[in-house]
Amino acid sequence: MGVGIEVKDLNAWYGSNHTLHDITLNIPANHCTALIGPSGCGKSTFVRCLNRMHETTPGARVTGSVRIGDVDVYNGSSPVAIRRRIGMVFQRPNPFPTMSIFDNVSAGLRLNGFKNRRALDEIVERSLKQAALWDEVKNDLKKKSGASLSGGQQQRLCIARALAVDPEVMLMDEPASALDPVSTSKIEDLIFELKSQYTIVIVTHNMQQAARVAERTGFFLNGRLVEFDSTHKIFTNPSDKRTEDYITGRFG
Amino acid sequence: MRLRFHRSLDDLNEKLLVMAGMAEQSIQRAVEAYRVRDLSICDLVDRGEVAINRIEREIDQMALDLLAMEQPMAIDLRFTLAVIKINADLERVGDSARSISDRVRDLQRLPQVEVPVDIPKMGSLATDMVRKSIQSFIEADADMAEAVLTMDDSVDKLNRSAHTTALVMMKEKPESAAQALHVLMISRALERVADHATNVAEDVIFWVRGADVRHHVREADGVDTQSMPAN
Repeated sequence: MGVGIEVKDLNAWYGSNHTLHDITLNIPANHCTALIGPSGCGKSTFVRCLNRMHETTPGARVTGSVRIGDVDVYNGSSPVAIRRRIGMVFQRPNPFPTMSIFDNVSAGLRLNGFKNRRALDEIVERSLKQAALWDEVKNDLKKKSGASLSGGQQQRLCIARALAVDPEVMLMDEPASALDPVSTSKIEDLIFELKSQYTIVIVTHNMQQAARVAERTGFFLNGRLVEFDSTHKIFTNPSDKRTEDYITGRFG
Repeated sequence: MRLRFHRSLDDLNEKLLVMAGMAEQSIQRAVEAYRVRDLSICDLVDRGEVAINRIEREIDQMALDLLAMEQPMAIDLRFTLAVIKINADLERVGDSARSISDRVRDLQRLPQVEVPVDIPKMGSLATDMVRKSIQSFIEADADMAEAVLTMDDSVDKLNRSAHTTALVMMKEKPESAAQALHVLMISRALERVADHATNVAEDVIFWVRGADVRHHVREADGVDTQSMPAN
């Protein structure tokens, strides 16, 4: 099951560039939360702070606190352990190109020393079913490579790979921006299905997508969280003029 | 900036104002046709109604295109929805004017009798409501729109009084029942016009404030305050 995320006074830097300013918000468990804002506003940096990926960039640092369920992300937890609880899907599908579909999905588990062959089969099947890809690949699991799939299938393969390690949170950084409308709908349907079991945070430039999949939406601007409210409120009657100006295309 | 999109919104706005002007004129003309019993004015009302119907379809198409192509958000979405609804109400104002014009024609075929219902006063009030509701739209003024809502009671009251007057006349002067009925139907049409103006004002409030004030519903708890007992 998903867990809630509590972020308090989060600040982030790339070298001397202060990219996130005093972000405080609570992301509810088992819901989809969308983050919107113009390019460079800090939304991707924010999600990369949730799973401690931000600090992998040289010169990057973070202050403040992030709690994922009962785990304090920046106090006494190892980045590897954190990332095991938080799956991440990126803009461009990134399957391991030479590995089979099966090996792609099971890669994370095998990396963690998981060796039970039968259980592995079951987990791969369950993950591919959860990612709505099973029916399309079940006959070619070990014959075809991940790279042989279409873009939309590759992205669902990456989602299956993230689900295989049984995370509590799924971070999706523009997961459908490189996909055609049919593949995009499949990803959106998937998000809708998955949020009953996982907490999902999605970064998107597509505001209709945010409106379709998320219950709550946060608007970032210049590294600050301007508004965080129900998606309905944000897209029909936002409280802050800057949110309204952005979503109605009056700037940017 | 979405320049093309905002130009389209401006075009939609302008088109609705043209429609509003035509609707207001049609109701004014219909009341004038009744007052002076002039069938040439009725012809103008009829032609106006055809033009209003045409522009209604054009506005609907523009709004549909905007929704499909531009996916407006927030205040722009509320504006587009308000335009669609106001468009429908203004078209119904045109229908009401046409219906009054038909009744005036029917009355002309009958012996002229005095029906003591103040149609010009009702017409003036209803037209004033239409004008003010449109003005509130032009100025995006929710306070002005709220003032329109309070005017509806006067027209309702006059309509109820017209009912009583017409009923009494039908009983006491059965030979004039047809004339009384036609005047009653004109009164009813004007009461409808006032209702449409009220709808327009409610849509302006929704557009400007993002608040749904229809049917006296309190936004926070969905309680219908109209049906609540007075304290």
